[in-house]
Amino acid sequence: MNRPDNDGRVVLETRGVTKTYRLEDVEVNALQGVDVSIRQGEMVSIMGPSGSGKSTLMHIVGLLDRPTSGQVILEGDDVSSLLPNELSALRNRYIGFVFQAFNLLSRTSALANVELPLVYAGVGAAERTRRARESLERVGLGDRLGHYPSQLSGGQQQRVAIARALVNSPSIVLADEPTGNLDSRSGIEVMTVLQDLHAQGITVVLVTHDDRVASHAERIISVFDGRVREDAPVAQRVMAAAELAELDGGEVRRP
Amino acid sequence: MNLVESFRIAMRALAANKARSLLTMLGVIIGVAAVILLVGIGTGVSDQVTGSLEGLGSNLLFVMPGQYEAGTGGANAPGRRFTLDDLETIQRKVDGVAGAAPVLTAGATVKAGNRSMRVMVAGGGEQGADVFANELAGGRHYRRGEVQAASHVIALGSRVTETLFPNQDPVGKQVTLNGQRFTVIGHYASMGGGLGGDQDSQVYIPVTTAQKLFNINYIDAIVVKAADPDDIDVVRGDIIRALKPSFGEEFTVLSQEQTLGILSDLLGMLTYMLAGIAGISLLVGGIGIMNIMLVSVSERTREIGIRKAVGARTYDILSQFVIEAVALSMLGGVLGIAVGWGGASAIERFSPVPTNVTIGAVSMSFFFAFAVGVFFGVYPAWKASRLDPIEALRYE
Repeated sequence: MNRPDNDGRVVLETRGVTKTYRLEDVEVNALQGVDVSIRQGEMVSIMGPSGSGKSTLMHIVGLLDRPTSGQVILEGDDVSSLLPNELSALRNRYIGFVFQAFNLLSRTSALANVELPLVYAGVGAAERTRRARESLERVGLGDRLGHYPSQLSGGQQQRVAIARALVNSPSIVLADEPTGNLDSRSGIEVMTVLQDLHAQGITVVLVTHDDRVASHAERIISVFDGRVREDAPVAQRVMAAAELAELDGGEVRRP
Repeated sequence: MNLVESFRIAMRALAANKARSLLTMLGVIIGVAAVILLVGIGTGVSDQVTGSLEGLGSNLLFVMPGQYEAGTGGANAPGRRFTLDDLETIQRKVDGVAGAAPVLTAGATVKAGNRSMRVMVAGGGEQGADVFANELAGGRHYRRGEVQAASHVIALGSRVTETLFPNQDPVGKQVTLNGQRFTVIGHYASMGGGLGGDQDSQVYIPVTTAQKLFNINYIDAIVVKAADPDDIDVVRGDIIRALKPSFGEEFTVLSQEQTLGILSDLLGMLTYMLAGIAGISLLVGGIGIMNIMLVSVSERTREIGIRKAVGARTYDILSQFVIEAVALSMLGGVLGIAVGWGGASAIERFSPVPTNVTIGAVSMSFFFAFAVGVFFGVYPAWKASRLDPIEALRYE
């Protein structure tokens, strides 16, 4: 709705979502009526400072948590009151996670890490390996299949995490501060991968406190005090590929 | 996710902490090995005792003075003792008897030249050897006339022969028993240990001779052999009727089966007690598993969070950790069986204690190891499966 060429269907939508935590005797209203919608093929940022409710919103959008009230509509179905096991199955099918801390299983090869969602989807071993390899090739790690996380750089680990998020062909790739633990160059490389995937038609939701990181998306949803303060297209979108070229001083362009 | 997948994940996790896995298993290994070993010894001893009793034949009846009560031997009970007249009464009044033998035992020292040995003297009748099915290695049993005449004839148990007459035929030789001279008329093949102690270390003389030698006029017991094992209850009833007029209730007739039953009960209790003691160490091993699984769950909180985030359900996490605990306990069980079996074989070979490791004991201890894994693995696994993915992912 924000861009004329972005007329995909709504993949995920929240309607009047609230979330109240009870910390001992204090009630914390983390979300106080949030309406957001994410369309097929979009790249959206959810931005806000810490304590704004941005993380809570991410958990609800990522189906890791349920709202106290309001509705979460995934692919047209209300999923706001499903049980934890049902949510697990939906996450497995519809959501791909990329975390700030990579969250790969140590002592487990890149390939096996990427296979993990397929294991829980009940995909057979041969098919799992094939799809995991394909996914790793897609993020440029086709030659690192047998490497363990400890043998990979931060940027490479995050790309393994992206491959893992992609492997189930999810409706949404949800990236929570994906560059937070990376040096600027690796961070830009990871953003390049995410923007490439978006260009290929994958829906990407970026959760960040960083204005510049958020500007890699087409639209920014600003969250503050548990409410959406602003939901607007990005005027000057930052292209990671261009940043990379700038960093290399116009020399060799990295893929 | 299927069980094969859970199993692979569990094995990988165990292999990642080899030393810890091994130490955790050690508790189960020791527990299972102890169960196998102790039950093996209990069964072995029990088999030997009942075996030697069964070797006597199933058609024997033991007639003893006094009323049998568990824990006290009827033969030692106070009251009237049997005499040879009572033996005669049985022989005269009871039908279907293949043989009846008096039993009188007492300790004595037997000498031959400069060799001597402390032995049990068994005084018996001419039918004694037949009743107890003692097998001659040479010579003959004493005869009816020798019993009536209280002759100084003696037959030797195999160990007595070996000690007094190494590598010689003792038949026709002279020995002294408590200073009195006896002629050796026969010697027996080895019979192994039995109820009344080591039969091979006994010497056999006529009961009348024994009464004179020890200056007594009673006999300890009477053993009756029924002609047909199927008639044993009829013969038993007849014996009771025959002895009732002179003894009232103050005697006991036990069949082989009853004696065996009483013994089996006692030995079975002993075996269960040993198994119980060993079972406690298995329990301790199980607590070790639970402890290490709890540590493992909290160490791997983040892993659990990751797995849940990408779609693992409660069941997937639960089965992963239960299988890990069960794999630990079953692997420990297998190793424990190997250690216990090996230990039992070593004891059998290098000590006089008989052992018998039965399939029943092996499968029982393996099952218990499995059960211990499930029982002590479920709680940590349940804790793991209940973790909230958001909390788990935040865990440092």
